[in-house]
Amino acid sequence: MRRPLVVLLAAGLGAWLDLGLAAGAHAAPDASRGEQLYARCAACHALAADRVGPRHCGLIGRAAGSVPGFDYSPAMRRSGLRWTEAELDRFLAAPLKRVPGSTMTYDGVDGAVDRADLIAYLRRADKSPACRTAGTAR
Amino acid sequence: MSFFESQTLPAARRLFLGHSGLLLSGAAVALLAGKETLAASNAADPRDVQILNTALAAELEAIAAYQLGAESKLLQKPVLDLAVTFQGHHKEHADLLAKTVEKLGGKAVAAKPAYSFPVEQLKSQADVLRFAARLEQGAVSAYLGAVPLFANRDLSKAAASILGDEAMHWAVLRQALGEVPVPSAWMS
Repeated sequence: MRRPLVVLLAAGLGAWLDLGLAAGAHAAPDASRGEQLYARCAACHALAADRVGPRHCGLIGRAAGSVPGFDYSPAMRRSGLRWTEAELDRFLAAPLKRVPGSTMTYDGVDGAVDRADLIAYLRRADKSPACRTAGTAR
Repeated sequence: MSFFESQTLPAARRLFLGHSGLLLSGAAVALLAGKETLAASNAADPRDVQILNTALAAELEAIAAYQLGAESKLLQKPVLDLAVTFQGHHKEHADLLAKTVEKLGGKAVAAKPAYSFPVEQLKSQADVLRFAARLEQGAVSAYLGAVPLFANRDLSKAAASILGDEAMHWAVLRQALGEVPVPSAWMS
């Protein structure tokens, strides 16, 4: 059966609009790209071990300053923060503005997309063998 | 005799290391000059002391990491010499950072009794080089994130000097691994 030309044109326009909207929409956070960005953290942090900074396994949802045995700054211990993804986004943008007195003396991660990708990686890493083996501190 | 005029590799290396020492002395002068300025104005910013102490903690860990690599028996000459040389740079950084913290009125952090390194993942020279390269890359990013935070611009300048040294370490380690030594035009 042959469809009327106007129907085909409408369908084509709809598909084109769909593609355009998809291209213009925000992409989902990219955990693999976040893993590359995580190299920036490697001077001080690791997933499963406390270093200059505390371990990142179990980070999402954890209360700030709560990893047992880690020597936090008084400012971080008293911050009252909980590392939700939204809070991590705020903190990573400008750590010392969010928690003045923190020992994380780092200017911040520019760009909302970079922060979202980094947080997506941290969420994914929490399910990695390294984190499952190490256990988590929440 | 210049580095390029030297006929033998050991002679060239001695000259290179000698010149590196001179460069690090330049960084030392910058750090201490920053301190003198602050001392004169009695306006040491506590945040500057914290930034230096965080950097010092990372440098102390880097020294321990290179020690682990040097003692692993996985590194062969001349890579072993390279690791020991880079460790020496980190020792110079740490020594200067500690002295500057003290002179600014702070208490320098001490090395930890033990560090948690992924020893079980280090089974070859390449593993050790990748481990060190990752630490050096992180160090570049850490200093890059610290440079704009200093209240005293002389300290920013000195931290940028250390950043340059860490970046060279990273590039040389990548080269030793057979990777593109400088993979991009920017660091972040």
